[in-house]
Amino acid sequence: MLKIVVLLKQTFDTEEKITVTPQGVDERDAKFVINPYDEYALEEGIRLKEKLGGEVIVVTCGEERAQEALRTALAVGADEAVRVDAAGLPDDSFAIAEALAAVIKPLAPDLLLAGLFAVDTGSGSVALQVAERLGLPHASAALKLTVGSAAELGLTRPAEAQRYALVERDAEGDTETVALPLPALVTAQQGLNEPRYPSLPGIMKAKRKPLRTVDLSELGLSAAARTVRTALFPPPPRAAGKRIAGSPAEQAAELVKLLQSEAKVL
Amino acid sequence: MSRTILVFAERRDGQLRRVAFEALGAARRLAGEDGAVHAVLAGSGVAAEDAAALQARGADVVHIADDPSLKDYAPEAYLAALGAAMDAVRPDALLLGHTGVGRDLAPRVAAAYGAGHIADVTAIEASSGDDIGFIRPLYAGKAFERRSFAPGRPWVVTVRPNNLPPAEPADAGARGGGSAQALAYAPPPLLTAVRGVLRRASGQLDLAEADVVVSGGRGVRSAAGFEPLRALADALGGAVGASRAACDAGYCDYALQIGQTGKVVTPQLYIACGISGAIQHLAGMSQSRTIIAINKDPDAPIFGVADYGIVGDLFEVVPLLTAEVLRVRSS
Repeated sequence: MLKIVVLLKQTFDTEEKITVTPQGVDERDAKFVINPYDEYALEEGIRLKEKLGGEVIVVTCGEERAQEALRTALAVGADEAVRVDAAGLPDDSFAIAEALAAVIKPLAPDLLLAGLFAVDTGSGSVALQVAERLGLPHASAALKLTVGSAAELGLTRPAEAQRYALVERDAEGDTETVALPLPALVTAQQGLNEPRYPSLPGIMKAKRKPLRTVDLSELGLSAAARTVRTALFPPPPRAAGKRIAGSPAEQAAELVKLLQSEAKVL
Repeated sequence: MSRTILVFAERRDGQLRRVAFEALGAARRLAGEDGAVHAVLAGSGVAAEDAAALQARGADVVHIADDPSLKDYAPEAYLAALGAAMDAVRPDALLLGHTGVGRDLAPRVAAAYGAGHIADVTAIEASSGDDIGFIRPLYAGKAFERRSFAPGRPWVVTVRPNNLPPAEPADAGARGGGSAQALAYAPPPLLTAVRGVLRRASGQLDLAEADVVVSGGRGVRSAAGFEPLRALADALGGAVGASRAACDAGYCDYALQIGQTGKVVTPQLYIACGISGAIQHLAGMSQSRTIIAINKDPDAPIFGVADYGIVGDLFEVVPLLTAEVLRVRSS
């Protein structure tokens, strides 16, 4: 039996355009999804539960719209969901990790899973900060994850822990194989698995699964931000450049000439 | 304003990474004229010339942790080395590269030291006053934010490779060369056992650090179709990347994927071959300095961000381009 906690964030769909307004990023009519990397983490948690038994609890920090992401997670097979209400919580990885760690600690998971980073803020900081706060070792960017006893995984070292995670991880293109004792955090890289879609019976069942909301006052946290956003702006615009005409040979010659004389990159 | 800054001088495959010098350059600016810049070098068999290279570029003190436990990357060992340096230096800020290793260590150090973490920084606005602005992308570059630290706590900053000017020997100026010393590092009990490393990326430049990226999309049509792209990348001394469509189709490994999922790259030159330019791909490459698009479809959105566009068949154009580059380079 494995108790698995999956950290999850609701993000903009990656096909969405981002419009910056004086009030912040325009969220009107935006499509929100589970952060794609968190989807891999969730799928892996569900597969481990199906194989080894146990439960999957999804935990998020977000505003009310994030409930939809939690319902989706419940529909694909998570058993329970917790949302830390983002109201009053500063937009800062330190404060968010503090709140999430406070919620996860009493759950005492055997395995904490999360995406490598969120495609919106892109820091990849919160899950690792949670692991540090909970004193868990970690392996990042997993491409393959196996959980078992030292004997089952063929580990020769003295069995200090009942169970270990054997992780094939992406190290900037190299693949590194590491073993670490549970409880631990493993973050998911793209390619870990192929996430499933929610089924209709799954969606029906999800409606009856427990989903609770926790607010900051219940956690007894002051939520002091360590960093603060002082400006938000769109990327510098890029004008379309020159089309190079002619035969392929002429195009290639002209392009190399322009790269030398104009762009000065050759 | 003078500050004490600690830089994690990352090594990979026994060599200092360029991003270590970029972090060092940023550290020198943040430290100010009267501030101090420390660097930590960790590994097994750390070369003396690495310490010398850091000193020559403005590191006042280089702290060296040379131990067999630091041969492979076990997070606990590297965290212990960084922790020892943090305790010895008590810096106002710790700077690391936003690399596989840097982004793995920084959040844990931040949490352990009650510090804030600003990640993936592409520019630093340093005025003479206390207010320092860190510019970083959101949504992989569809927007940017400026972020600052709240006062009273140490800072942890990871800087994106290829974006900040590296420290040059001139930055050391008349500072007197600096010194190197051994760090009081005791290997912690290792929880993570590194059982093997499969070097798939050897011979290939790291995408995030490459000056030139030649990238292929669905138009490449097969794994073999990447060969002409690889030849062009080799001629230019660059790396090969891919769009999500090419990865999903199985033409190449996900490790090469560029986009909002995948890697964000900012090379001097980005050559998009047979890539239509989906929004999520554009987010990952549109901050490149010069962009070339080669595509059969004249209406492909990629042309909207390209400095130079060629409407044509990549299998005709790319080999001609490679030949032309080689011809110009040899003359």
